[in-house]
Amino acid sequence: MAYKTVVEDNIDILVCGAGLGGTGAAWEARYWGQDKKIIIAEKANIDRSGAVAQGLYAINCYMGTRFGENNPEDHVRYARIDLMGMVREDLLFDMARHVDSAVHQFEEWGLPLMRNPKTGAYQREGRWQIMIHGESYKPIVAEAAKKSADKIFNRVCVTHLLMDETNPNRVAGAVGFNVRTGDYHVFKSKAVIVAAGGASNIYKPRSVGEGAGRVWYAPWSSGSAYGLLIGAGAKMTQMENRIVLARFKDGYGPVGAYFLHLKTYTQNCLGEEYESKWWPGLQEMVGKEYLDPQASHATHRPIPTCLRNHALISEVNAGRGPIHMVTMEAFQDPHLEEIGWHNFLGMTVGQAVLWAATDVDPKYENPELTTSEPYVMGSHATGCGAWCSGPEDISPPEYYWGYNRMTTVEGLFGAGDAVGGTPHAFSSGSFTEGRLAAKAACKYIDDGKAEGIRISQQQLDDRKKEIYKPLEHYKIYRNEITAGTVNPHYINPRQGLDRLQKLMDEYAGGAGVSYMTNEKLLNIGLKKLKLLEEDLDKLGAEDIHELMRAWELKHRHLTSEAVVQHTLFRKETRWPGYYYRGDALKLDDENWHVLTVSRRDPKTGEYTMEKAPCYHLVGEKEQAEAAEA
Amino acid sequence: MPTFVYMTRCDGCGHCVDICPSDIMHIDKVTRRAYNIEPNMCWECYSCVKACPHQAIDVRGYADFAPLGHSVRVRRDEEKGVIAWRIKFRNGKKDMDLLAPITTKPWGKHIPQLKDVSGPSKEMRDSQLLFNEPKYIRLDDGDIHTLESNGLKLKEGVYY
Repeated sequence: MAYKTVVEDNIDILVCGAGLGGTGAAWEARYWGQDKKIIIAEKANIDRSGAVAQGLYAINCYMGTRFGENNPEDHVRYARIDLMGMVREDLLFDMARHVDSAVHQFEEWGLPLMRNPKTGAYQREGRWQIMIHGESYKPIVAEAAKKSADKIFNRVCVTHLLMDETNPNRVAGAVGFNVRTGDYHVFKSKAVIVAAGGASNIYKPRSVGEGAGRVWYAPWSSGSAYGLLIGAGAKMTQMENRIVLARFKDGYGPVGAYFLHLKTYTQNCLGEEYESKWWPGLQEMVGKEYLDPQASHATHRPIPTCLRNHALISEVNAGRGPIHMVTMEAFQDPHLEEIGWHNFLGMTVGQAVLWAATDVDPKYENPELTTSEPYVMGSHATGCGAWCSGPEDISPPEYYWGYNRMTTVEGLFGAGDAVGGTPHAFSSGSFTEGRLAAKAACKYIDDGKAEGIRISQQQLDDRKKEIYKPLEHYKIYRNEITAGTVNPHYINPRQGLDRLQKLMDEYAGGAGVSYMTNEKLLNIGLKKLKLLEEDLDKLGAEDIHELMRAWELKHRHLTSEAVVQHTLFRKETRWPGYYYRGDALKLDDENWHVLTVSRRDPKTGEYTMEKAPCYHLVGEKEQAEAAEA
Repeated sequence: MPTFVYMTRCDGCGHCVDICPSDIMHIDKVTRRAYNIEPNMCWECYSCVKACPHQAIDVRGYADFAPLGHSVRVRRDEEKGVIAWRIKFRNGKKDMDLLAPITTKPWGKHIPQLKDVSGPSKEMRDSQLLFNEPKYIRLDDGDIHTLESNGLKLKEGVYY
């Protein structure tokens, strides 16, 4: 293959993927490492990359301690309740105590945060959300990253992490290729912060054909956060905790501002409230501790997102769909109507296009809602990701191994979707995690932990060969057939993605089976994933663009395997409404009030699973409740 | 919604190719103009539409659920710091203009160069603080929250 090899040597901090997490990491790293060499490798262009590429209309994680609104522990309790207890509370507390300082800097940099004219505080959408004019949120934080980074490699798709030959559990950099020139890129680095994205498109989407791009999470979120880390042998946690979103049908437009700020609400096709009738049955599944509608009503304790999904799914399955969002009342107020539209234009333009195309005016018609296909990610209302160390002053021994946000691989850090057990970080929390990882990575280097790293030429040559194999394979076998895409020697990345989505949907609880699975189905799924893995070795890529799709697919495949392994391991239904284990339909605190941790042996591909203790923040509130019980 | 490019407006400048997060805006080798090579990997994020200096790129709703005959157009002006949208319904009954700010400051001018600020002390390095903290957490003289300051313990067990 005639592609050049471009080596970037002597890097201190390499940031892989610069969405909100990666821009935060690159920005902050410069403060703690003023003389350090900081490099960003990004698959797209950092001005518009990651999940925030098209903008946001709200920052969903802001404490407001400045205005006396919330303390960090309040947010931890919220995330704990929403995720049915399964969160890393040390990491969450740490993120929450720093997140406001990120938001205050965003305002200083020019991000328009709305103010409440009466109080002067930021305009709240809900208890945790503040409203912004965030069309340029990403370009603004990208400016910050540009100020700090020595060099930014846009359009470099990172495929693998490099490992140290003297200590196989220590990171040594990363490799990838440029999706324009095709050049092979080698980054030799003392520390690596993986801030790549979670995974859309591993479950069959509800849309078909051209519309397959209309997924809730960005189609370019290829699970590289997990593919890179799993491939390097890092331990992962809570990978079973995929998320299903209740959203406006087809366009997947956000509902947060509609529920919280516009005060719209849902009803079934008969115009009836439907949620409460499902609570008693659901309470039997999860226990009163997790679902107590009376207490929720009295104390404003939120009902977990997954349980509200469960009510929606059950009502539709009972034949009383579609579920409608009642907008016709709120939209009579022209100010609220405008907010409703701006909300889409700011972050999901496609929903506005869809309503314009179908003449849905929410002022005169209540739009339909649906539940999405599942997504695997770690920064929205779910916490898939790597098993990372917490901060020194908070974490118990099981959660602490020296450096904040460091994975179980030395020198390898995570931020945003890459870090497990930290749901509800959203954009600002991901940026904050990037900052925390950057400080810790600088300390790791300053402590001399990255001395004597050695990368053999063999490792670089092997990876190069592996990376370009789909192009080679295509070239060898293409002319055996006359034309077209049907070839007995290879499949193309789209064909592989279709197969992955179909099997994940059918065997691992996708939308097509109402999110239901069981041990038998999961085992069949694992078998099919293994067969797919063999075929992924025979992917054919026609050009460099397809080569990128090939590697995205490989990352999605690694992610999917972890999802199935974790789902198989946790023998209970912890999050009804996200997925159901038909053979263990109840929540089981006696055996499963634990975090699941996995490791895939990079040499053999074998998985080992373990349980890790779940620690909770205990303050006066918890003590009082424990005393009552 | 997948993007498409008007033949008479595109001059093949490549701004859209440069910005597309999904790497699907490419230059056609024959016409030397941009086009969407993979509509089913398009997130209708409008990054290319906003970046096009000739308003040559538009969006047509996904064929699997959006009927023809609608329009959502946009102009983003970095210098003025605003974005203007126009939404036209298929049936012509709704035609909305919406305007929003995109920044409150000149681009990049108010982001400090951290190479040049006074570096962190050893005490700061050994603390839990990040750049500009504790000041920027609350914008007062308060310190960072800790388990101790907030009367908390981390305990193993089942708490709700």
